[in-house]
Amino acid sequence: MTISGSTDTALSIKNLTVSYHNQPVLWDIDLDIPAGVMAGIVGPNGAGKSTLIKSLLGLVPSLSGEVMVHGRPYATQRKRVGYVPQRSSVDWDFPTTALDVVTMGLYGRLGWLKRPGRKERNEAQEALEMVGMSAFADRQISQLSGGQQQRVFLARALVQQADVYFLDEPMAGVDATTERAIIDILRRLRDAGKTLIVVHHDLQTVRTYFDWLLLLNVRVIASGKTEEVFKIDNLRQAYGGQIALLNDNESLMFAASKVK
Amino acid sequence: MGWLELLTDYTFQNVVIGASLLGLISGPLGCFAVLRRQSLLGDAISHAALPGICLSFIITGSRDIGGIIIGSLITGSAAALMMLMLTRLSRLKTDAGLGACLSIFFAVGIVLLTYIQGTNNASQGGLEAFLFGQAAATLRSDLWVMGSITLVTLLLLAVFWKQAKLVTFDPEYARTLGMRTTAIEASLTAMVALAVVVGLQMVGVILMAAMIVAPAAAARQWSRHLGGMLAIAAGVGIVSGVSGATISTLSRGLATGPLIVLTATAIVLISLALAPGRGLLWGVIKHYRQKSALQKQQLLYALYKHSADPSRAPSRLGSRRLLNKLKQQGYLTRSPHNATQSDNGWGLTAKGQAEARKVVAAFEELAA
Repeated sequence: MTISGSTDTALSIKNLTVSYHNQPVLWDIDLDIPAGVMAGIVGPNGAGKSTLIKSLLGLVPSLSGEVMVHGRPYATQRKRVGYVPQRSSVDWDFPTTALDVVTMGLYGRLGWLKRPGRKERNEAQEALEMVGMSAFADRQISQLSGGQQQRVFLARALVQQADVYFLDEPMAGVDATTERAIIDILRRLRDAGKTLIVVHHDLQTVRTYFDWLLLLNVRVIASGKTEEVFKIDNLRQAYGGQIALLNDNESLMFAASKVK
Repeated sequence: MGWLELLTDYTFQNVVIGASLLGLISGPLGCFAVLRRQSLLGDAISHAALPGICLSFIITGSRDIGGIIIGSLITGSAAALMMLMLTRLSRLKTDAGLGACLSIFFAVGIVLLTYIQGTNNASQGGLEAFLFGQAAATLRSDLWVMGSITLVTLLLLAVFWKQAKLVTFDPEYARTLGMRTTAIEASLTAMVALAVVVGLQMVGVILMAAMIVAPAAAARQWSRHLGGMLAIAAGVGIVSGVSGATISTLSRGLATGPLIVLTATAIVLISLALAPGRGLLWGVIKHYRQKSALQKQQLLYALYKHSADPSRAPSRLGSRRLLNKLKQQGYLTRSPHNATQSDNGWGLTAKGQAEARKVVAAFEELAA
């Protein structure tokens, strides 16, 4: 896919501030994420990781700030942005099938009145295949396991064929197989030139998964290439006293970070 | 009264058509209300229709259905709006906000009702019928109004099907696709108010919430798709409407509205108990099947692996009934005269040995 009218910056945030009940949740965020990277957003609980994604997408009102996607305001670029919300954000007892949920990703493209037809169903089926769920197309979503539900959500974003994807904790509460499957798909997307912005909670896997990193705690603590950002000083600043470090062969272990 | 006589009875025809229309609109809209976790919003809106009915009577001086519809729509929507403002702007939770709105508007309605009764206006007679409905008083002209509202609402739902579905399932995602979710959610709520209006004459403001919740709750038990759920809910609504109306006509003097609600409730109870896959009965049957399968596996496992361990003797692991059942099925034998303390004479047959090996293999694979 050609990326028209774009610069090298997939996402550019200027001066974004969000508050809730007069408490700043995000303060003066300035950030540029280059195109074609797998970017992780990491920080302690309450750092505003999910809020950052939601305010970028206009789901949470912001006090100030502007968001540009590939050089243009987000509002004009919706079709180029895909979103994978937290799995727990919906009621999975809704009466529908996995295939139908994936088809919902095409509703934006269909416009106000057109209904999804055979072409849309085929595209949805292909997306399910990509995430290894084609056998579950007609399964009720209430009967899927957590990992399977997460993959259905990922497939729903895949059918959008976006250039920039936001994923909110896609690895939370899924089994190891699903985590590997999700990472494989995300890497394939990145290699195809897409930009992936992922809220992540497990510090142990940060270095293997992400090539670009944002350390967040209400403010931007550090951002840039993972090897430059993922350093003890920065982490200590982001996590404060919550962090326990073990220096073992230059690898970092963070016991405290696993406490939810 | 004979069936033929009943079917040609003018009042009965009106009541049955009215009850069917009510089922047709309240079932599908109730599905959206229930899936959006707003079942009680229907309750608040219907109670809040009472002050609207009274105000319309005070202003127009008559029980004209047009005025009553407009009045109840206005106060019903005002209650829904007030509830939204209360929960958004204050720290009140949804249930408290709904409860407050419901009782405030209903109290105002009762005050207005008693005020009207005190004015001795000759035409006020029967205004309190809107509390529990007065199906027999339904006129042909009322049916036309109810029918048009039902038709328009269902058409709107059909046209904006995709939007209604996605906003109900995942409103935030819908917004990222550029949908006007606030407008769609407001329309869905407004349509619930319209369903309430259709039900005012039939079941009244107090019981109307049951017609929103009951058909949807029953339908969820039997359906795998949203479309199917809506169709089944409409069916449940119509069936309970028609049977409630029939029972009421056949047994002179019993109120129609409450009978319709009771029929709907009976269908809900049956659905909760019996629906395949989701019903309680199936859950209980599945539980006992799994339990007895597990007991059998445990027993075979113990006999196979720990035949010399008295603490795992068959009589300790399984009831006499289970042991005898397995003996009948050919898994176990019993020779009481050479019983030891660890096996009480129970032993595995060749078939039992084979089955036990399978159990052990499956268990060890699971543990690996």
